[in-house]
Amino acid sequence: MSVDFSLDYFALFGLPRRFRLDGETLDRAWHTLQSEVHPDQHAHLSSGGMCGAIAGSSRVNEAYVALKKPVTRARYLLELAGIKQDAIDAKAPAPEYLIEQLEWREAVEEARQVRDIDALEQLALRQQIQADGIIARLAEQLDDRHDLEAAVDAVQQLMFFDKLRLGIDNALAAFDN
Amino acid sequence: MTYSNKVLDHYENPRNAGSFAEGEEGVATGMVGAPACGDVMKLQIKVGKEGIIEDARFKTYGCGSAIASSSLVTEWVKGKTLDEALTIKNSQIAEELALPPVKIHCSVLAEDAIRAAVADYKKKHGENK
Repeated sequence: MSVDFSLDYFALFGLPRRFRLDGETLDRAWHTLQSEVHPDQHAHLSSGGMCGAIAGSSRVNEAYVALKKPVTRARYLLELAGIKQDAIDAKAPAPEYLIEQLEWREAVEEARQVRDIDALEQLALRQQIQADGIIARLAEQLDDRHDLEAAVDAVQQLMFFDKLRLGIDNALAAFDN
Repeated sequence: MTYSNKVLDHYENPRNAGSFAEGEEGVATGMVGAPACGDVMKLQIKVGKEGIIEDARFKTYGCGSAIASSSLVTEWVKGKTLDEALTIKNSQIAEELALPPVKIHCSVLAEDAIRAAVADYKKKHGENK
């Protein structure tokens, strides 16, 4: 089977074009499709056919990676709706939101400096609650209300929280060593 | 990626890091951020009676280039009027710090921070100062 490159990532997997997506459903769709297009299935092909199979297989993986994480899935949906990735990154975040982020970073930095692992784990937990709240809002904004402007803001917020999480995880990992 | 010596110098010895006391006279704050890299930058200016920026502070969470860019602009804005501060261009920051092309956006963020701080001051004090 060859991959139709004109299909968007959702259509490629036969999934509805929505933000709400069950991870297991995506995993299953990916396994099924990858087993059909994987180059190992096409060992009998000529080198030209093999190149096509490899390109198709990597297209399937690219689609999977884009849809797997909420932040990249939301960005992709916005792109399908006509909002370019650059435009999402270029929009200036609201100052109030940035002040909030600065306070989070300060809390992580303080906890890291005094090696307060409990505080860092608390921050990780609170970060997760915030991120989950944003993901729930994104589902409403993208699937129900089609409020793309609000979704752009929410995507930015999720990106900042992902970065925050990385900082917390790095700090915790440093204590393990 | 290797940082230039000037970036390392600002990173290891940041100039004017921190914040002014809450409610201090003549202080305005610029907040900017880049979602793509997760950087958050706060630039504060303290403007004297003659409309000259007397002092500045920064707090940046981001890569070395973002920290160095904001540290550098706290030095550059000092002694300037608001309008003079607005003439500082990201290309000058990038050149001074020898930023590679992939880090140019850090200098853009620092320029944006100056604009945001000046705008905040003008908003608080009226356009004429």
